[in-house]
Amino acid sequence: MTASANWNEGGLKLIGGQLFEPGKGLISNPGLLVRNGRIEAVGEQAQAAASAATLDADGQVIAPGFIDLCCNLREPGNGQKGNIASETRAAAHGGFTTVCASPETSPVNDSGAVTNLILDSVASRGVVRVLPIGAITRGLDGDMLSDMAGLKAAGCVAVGNGSRGVRNARILRRCMAYAQTFGLTVMFSPENTALAADGYAHDGQVTTRLGLLGIPEVAETAAVMEMLLLAEETGVRLHLSQLSCARSVEMLAQARDRGVKVTADVAMHQLAFTESALAGFDSRFHVRPPLRGEADRQALVAGVQDGVIDAIVSQHQPHDSAAKQAPLPATEPGLSSIESVLSLGLELVQNHELELPDLLRALTAGPAAVLGREVALTAGAAADLCLFDPDGHWQPSTATLLSAGRHAPVLDRALPGEVKLTLVAGRTAWQAPGTPL
Amino acid sequence: MTANDPSPNHLQLTRDGQLRHFLTLDGLSQPLLTDILDTADSFIEVGERSIKKVPLLRGRTVVNLFFESSTRTRSTFELAAKRLSADVLNLDISTSATSKGESLSDTLLNLEAMASDMFVVRHSQSGAPHFIAESVTPGVAIINAGDGRHAHPTQAMLDMLTIRQHKGRFDGLKVAIVGDVLHSRVARSQIRALNVLGAEEVRVIAPGTLLPRDVEDLGCTVEYDMARGMKDLDVVIMLRLQKERMEGALLPSEREFYRLYGLNQEKLGLAKPDCIVMHPGPINRGVEIESAVADGPQSVILNQVTNGIAIRMAVMSMAMGGQMAERQQRQQEQQEGRA
Repeated sequence: MTASANWNEGGLKLIGGQLFEPGKGLISNPGLLVRNGRIEAVGEQAQAAASAATLDADGQVIAPGFIDLCCNLREPGNGQKGNIASETRAAAHGGFTTVCASPETSPVNDSGAVTNLILDSVASRGVVRVLPIGAITRGLDGDMLSDMAGLKAAGCVAVGNGSRGVRNARILRRCMAYAQTFGLTVMFSPENTALAADGYAHDGQVTTRLGLLGIPEVAETAAVMEMLLLAEETGVRLHLSQLSCARSVEMLAQARDRGVKVTADVAMHQLAFTESALAGFDSRFHVRPPLRGEADRQALVAGVQDGVIDAIVSQHQPHDSAAKQAPLPATEPGLSSIESVLSLGLELVQNHELELPDLLRALTAGPAAVLGREVALTAGAAADLCLFDPDGHWQPSTATLLSAGRHAPVLDRALPGEVKLTLVAGRTAWQAPGTPL
Repeated sequence: MTANDPSPNHLQLTRDGQLRHFLTLDGLSQPLLTDILDTADSFIEVGERSIKKVPLLRGRTVVNLFFESSTRTRSTFELAAKRLSADVLNLDISTSATSKGESLSDTLLNLEAMASDMFVVRHSQSGAPHFIAESVTPGVAIINAGDGRHAHPTQAMLDMLTIRQHKGRFDGLKVAIVGDVLHSRVARSQIRALNVLGAEEVRVIAPGTLLPRDVEDLGCTVEYDMARGMKDLDVVIMLRLQKERMEGALLPSEREFYRLYGLNQEKLGLAKPDCIVMHPGPINRGVEIESAVADGPQSVILNQVTNGIAIRMAVMSMAMGGQMAERQQRQQEQQEGRA
C-alpha cells in the first residue's frame, strides 16, 4: 500500500465506471481529474487532460468520500482499544474520508483543550478528516454544561451525549437552549436511563428465551418524544443518533412534518441484523442501542430509503479482545464496524431492500447536510472520494481488518464491495493491494 | 437463524447427537430427554444400595465451579460425581478470584492447567456456561448448574423425573408454574422440557411485573388469576420469591403476593385431587406456600431432591461418554490422516 501517495502534483485521472453524483444518482464517468487536492475537471475535459497517472475504473463506482457521523477513535485515553492512526486507516479502508469523533474519550472531550489535543493528533497521524463532537455536559455526567463556546471555537462541529443516556429533562432543556445560542447542532443518542436500567439487549423474544436483561423499546421512544418536544420548544437543531425502533422513525417523520428542525441517523448494523444475532450469546452483537426485531429493522431500512433517516453511521466501537471475552452480560457494547459498512449496505442492495443511490446518499450527501455541508464530484470540489468495486468480494479477517478492534460484524464469509481507493484531499488514504497505480 | 431457533447444539452435541456439554434444554430432542430420564432411573437404584458407587467416572476430575453460592445444587452435584467415582474439587469462586479482579477467561486458563475433565458451572450471568464451553479445550465437559435467568437444565430434568414417577407420562398433563417467572432460570428450562416431552398445557401464573415480555413464545399460556389457573391441574410448580423483589417496585408486599399467589390448601383444592405440588427449593413458607401444603400428602418436594442426584449422575456420565466418543473419533481421524 502506498499510503502516502500524493496526486496533487502530477494529477490522477479516473476513467470509466460510474460516478455517484448526489442529486443526479449514478452517471457514467468519461473522466475525473484530481490535482492540487481538488477535483480539477470532470467529463470529456478531464478525459482529454494530461496526468501523471490514470486508473481504469471500469465496472467500479466512484463516490464522494463517505462521512461518518458517529465513530469512536478511542484517543485520547483508550489506546488498548484503538487510536487515531489505526482507526482513521480503518475508516479509509471502509471508504470514509470524514469521521465525526465521539466525545466519549478519556478525558471526555468537554473542553477546547481536549479538542485541540485530538486535532493535533489527527494532524500528525490521521489519514482521514476528523470532526470532533464535543460533550454536551461536563464529563458527560449529565449534570453541568460543557464549555460549548470553547468547544466550537476549537473545532467541534456539534455537541452530543455519546452513548450515555440523559437522566434529567431539565438539564437536557438547558443544554439545548445553550447550544442553540452558538448555533451548535445537538446530537443525541436517545435513551431514557431509568427505563433502560441494567438492560443490555432488546426486550423481546430472544431476551425472554435466553434470560438476558432487556432494554424496552419505550426506553428509546420516550426519549425521542421528549427530545423532539424540547427541540421544538428551544428551537435548537437536533440530530437523533443511532435510532433502533420503528416507532422512533414514525415520530421523527411526524415531527418533520410539523417543521421541527430534526435530522437522524441509524447504524448500519441496525439495518443488517436483528435480535436473533444474539441467539448463541454472541457478545459481538452486544451493541447499544440493542439490535431489535425484524419489523424495526425493516422500518429503519424504509426510513433510509424514504430519506426520513438522513444518514447511515458506523457507530464504530473498537475494543481490545478482553472487552468481548466474557459472558455476554459482562462484555462491553459495540462492534468494530467501520470497515464493513459499505459491504453490509451492498448486501441490502443485493437483497432488493435498498437502492444503491439511496445507500450512497445516506453515506455522503445525507450526513454532509446534517453538518451543514455539501459534497459533490464536480470541478473545484475537494478531492475526497472513494472508488469501490460493488461486485468484488473481500473477506474480513484479522489479516484484512485495519482497526485495532477485531470484532467485526461478519468474519466468516466474504462480503461484496471492495474499496479500491480512498482519496482525502487528493492524497491516497487507502489503496487496495493490486490496484494498478 | 430466527429468534425461535434455539441452536446451541453445535456446542452441546457431538456429530452423532450425543451429549458432550449440558448447557440448555433448547434444541434437545424428546428421545434425548427421555434417555436422560431413563438413565437417571437406573441410577436411583444405586442410591438405594449400601455401597452407593459405580465406576463410570473413575479417574476423572470434576470441578464444581460455583460463581454464585448454592448449598443444595452444589452438594447434589458433589454427591453425584462421587457416586460415579470421580475426584471432586469444589471451588467457591464468588469469594476468591473474581473479587480480586481476575477475568473469567484467566480463571479458566488456570483451572484447565489442573487437567480437569468436567466443570460444573453456576454463574449469575446468563450465558456464562456457553462462554466457558466455547473457550475450554476440547475434551472438557461443561455442565450448567444454573446461569443468570437463562437456564437450569438439571433442575428442570429432575422435576421431569419427579413428574414421570408420579404420573407415569407427560401427554395429557396440565402443569402450572406459579410466581416469579421473570427472574427464574428454572421456569425457562421447565417450560422447554414440558413442551418437548409433550405436556398438554403449560400455564404460568403470576402478576404482569413478574413475567418476561412475550412469555407465551416460550410455549405457555398466561393466567393472572390463580383460582382460574389452578383448575384441572395435574402438577403445580411453585417458584421461589426473592425478598428484594419488593424494592424494584415489582410487588407491593409479601403479604399481598401470598394472598394472591401463595399456595394454600384452599387453592390446591381447585386442582385435580391427585395434583402434585413441587418447588425447586429452598422454600419460603408463608410467602409462596403454606406449610400444610409443603408438608402435605400432595407435596413431592423431597422426592425432587433425591431425584436431583440421579439426574446429575445421568447427565455427567452421558456428557463424559460423549466427550470420550469424540476423543476416540479425533484420534482415529488423526491416525487415518497419518496413514
